[in-house]
Amino acid sequence: MLDILIVRLQQGHKTIAYPNGEPPPLPPHFRGLPVLDPSKCPQGCQACADSCPTQAIALRQTPLVDVGKCLFCTQCQQACPQGAITYQADYKMAVRRREDMLVPLGEKLALAHELDGKIRKLLGRSLKLRVVSAGGCNACEADVNVLTTIGWDLGRFGIDYVASPRHADGLIITGAVSENMKLALKKTYDAVPDPKIVIAVGACAISGGPYIDHPEVLNGASAVVPVDLFIPGCPPHPLTILDGLLRLLGKLKPAGAAAE
Amino acid sequence: MSTYRQLPALIAGRAIKRQSIPNLSVEEFQQAVLESVEAGCRVVALFGSPDAGGTLHLYVVLADDSESRLYVGSATLNDREYPSLTPRCTQVHLFERELAEQCQVKVTGHPWLKPVRFQPPMFLRRQSGADADAGVSPLPGVMDFYAVSGQEVHEVAVGPVHAGVIEPGHFRFQCHGERVFHLEISLGYQHRGVERALLKGPDKRSIHYAQTLCGDTTIGHTTAYCQVIEGLARCQKTARAQTIRAIALELERLANHVGDLGALSGDVGFLSTASHCGRLRGEFLNMTATLCGSRFGRGLICPGGVHFDLDAAAVESLLARLDICGRQTRQAIKLLWNSSSVMARFEEIGVVSTAVAVELGLVGPAARACGLARDARHDHPSGLFRFMHIPVSVWDSGDVFARAYIRWLEIQRSLDFIQTQLRSLPAGAINSAVGNLAPDHLAVAMVEGWRGEVCHVALTDTSGRFERYKVTDPSFHNWAGLAMAVRQAEISDFPLCNKSFSLSYCGHDL
Repeated sequence: MLDILIVRLQQGHKTIAYPNGEPPPLPPHFRGLPVLDPSKCPQGCQACADSCPTQAIALRQTPLVDVGKCLFCTQCQQACPQGAITYQADYKMAVRRREDMLVPLGEKLALAHELDGKIRKLLGRSLKLRVVSAGGCNACEADVNVLTTIGWDLGRFGIDYVASPRHADGLIITGAVSENMKLALKKTYDAVPDPKIVIAVGACAISGGPYIDHPEVLNGASAVVPVDLFIPGCPPHPLTILDGLLRLLGKLKPAGAAAE
Repeated sequence: MSTYRQLPALIAGRAIKRQSIPNLSVEEFQQAVLESVEAGCRVVALFGSPDAGGTLHLYVVLADDSESRLYVGSATLNDREYPSLTPRCTQVHLFERELAEQCQVKVTGHPWLKPVRFQPPMFLRRQSGADADAGVSPLPGVMDFYAVSGQEVHEVAVGPVHAGVIEPGHFRFQCHGERVFHLEISLGYQHRGVERALLKGPDKRSIHYAQTLCGDTTIGHTTAYCQVIEGLARCQKTARAQTIRAIALELERLANHVGDLGALSGDVGFLSTASHCGRLRGEFLNMTATLCGSRFGRGLICPGGVHFDLDAAAVESLLARLDICGRQTRQAIKLLWNSSSVMARFEEIGVVSTAVAVELGLVGPAARACGLARDARHDHPSGLFRFMHIPVSVWDSGDVFARAYIRWLEIQRSLDFIQTQLRSLPAGAINSAVGNLAPDHLAVAMVEGWRGEVCHVALTDTSGRFERYKVTDPSFHNWAGLAMAVRQAEISDFPLCNKSFSLSYCGHDL
């Protein structure tokens, strides 16, 4: 017993100060929203778009990046002969609508706004979520799960993961939604009492990710259920997920609003 | 001289010409498998691959662990009928089920011929009429489960959506009161068509399949994928690249082992270690992120080497954090072994005997916990492990305790290894050029991921594209071990046993 107390003291207090304080530092090679500098683009060059494994880059009049498809993999960066592609060192990427993920060059992401009045009133102070992995690779799942550890302590925001969909206010869905999980996902969604929300975490759950257009998958959660929040990444950093959840519940005001 | 010793042999990470692989008859092929397994070899891959004309060829890779050799055998299956070897060699049971499902082979005499992934066939037979609707896969989980009947025998069905943040799988228990008579595990819910999509590769998506076919083993699988490519392209990696890869592999092992020990503590209600290890796991993931920006090592490993170099500041920062986190990890885990309430729940629970482990061909910590000194880093070394050796950790009680204690031993070895490597990081480039892949070759890679042996096999066609790409995740061997571990156990011990194996659903389902 004494050992347990000694170790507890040695380990110290580890919960991050965010959102009241600074978020933990991002790793040096962190890759957020990819940004293209068209002034560096040679005429007719398609190297970045051609190299993208998920066709997330569309070189129209104004180049467009689909953050919902992006795997943040650096293949475009390596393909670019001019070094025109960089990644923002910003973890904030969660949005409310799929179309908000198509980011024209030079524009910012339309970050998620909070839930509407009535539903926020119901869920804003206590949000119970059931996590469903439907063709995920266990990386998104792991970083969804990590938020419940003492370092992040998701419980302090009134958010919790629960075992039964009947105890839940909504779903977090990861994975490209395999054909083999279609029925189970639908049944799980139906088992959640109304009103309910759905959060799609990771490139797979948003667009199919690396499995996009495989006949074995349905290209993400929207094929089966309506989605209220999209959190891009492969997998998203835990901060990106937490930021999305807090935005949805309107818990980042006013500090978050002032920071932007 | 036994048959299998006349087969062409190679070492992990190398490629051989397909012409050098003799075309055996199915009887000779099976004889070679049987003899090698009797002599102590293991079946690390067995699969079918149709040629351009639609004729199906069988391939087997047999691992001779004591001599660090891999034997390759092949046979032509003319009428797509194959007498099962499973009654005489348990190790191949799932490979044969997979063969039936992927290649529409009629496997006769298999005692347990059921779907593996509930997937449509990868290679349709080129026939019309009777087989016209054969491309339809059955509904997942819909099959005849083994059933026990009798008074007071009851069945418990769990999943695919089951407790906690966990991947989907279906578990069917036959119980008598609290006692489990039998557990049958039905998977396939995570099937995304990885092997099918890798056909005709490599292309710009191939490496992403390697990175995401089992996301918690990104480094293990991507290393294996790159070794296959490099074996086929005869690419020499630099010492610095090999060292960074090895560091990443051991960091992956650390993060997952620490996380699993935390989860095991949580499953027995010992929240102290559960809390500390849950956080420390994240610290080790953050160290991987220091290498490449991604906590799971996405984008780090590429054919020819690694994408990101380590500068002096990063090395310093990693060493400092390893020192602190290593100390805190040791403190947190030692609490387990000194708590009688924990030990009472770990010891003699979920026992797998050495004989069963050998028969099923278990790999990784699950095998080492049954007294088998199996470790691809030692038995089939590739990359840095050809020069730097990590002692193989073995325990022999085969229970939850053994599987937990093996992780503790390996955590200590990995911590020492990473620190040593960071202090003596070789200078030089991190990347070498990768040429074209050799046509008509077969390459095998073996990497000891944190769950055990990750095996990738590639067959190239006449133009150097993948004619077949076979992935064997360690979970493919080990799921049957879990089913055996819970026999005669209390059903309430299942979560604990499950966690002690900590197997992958997506790595199995591909």
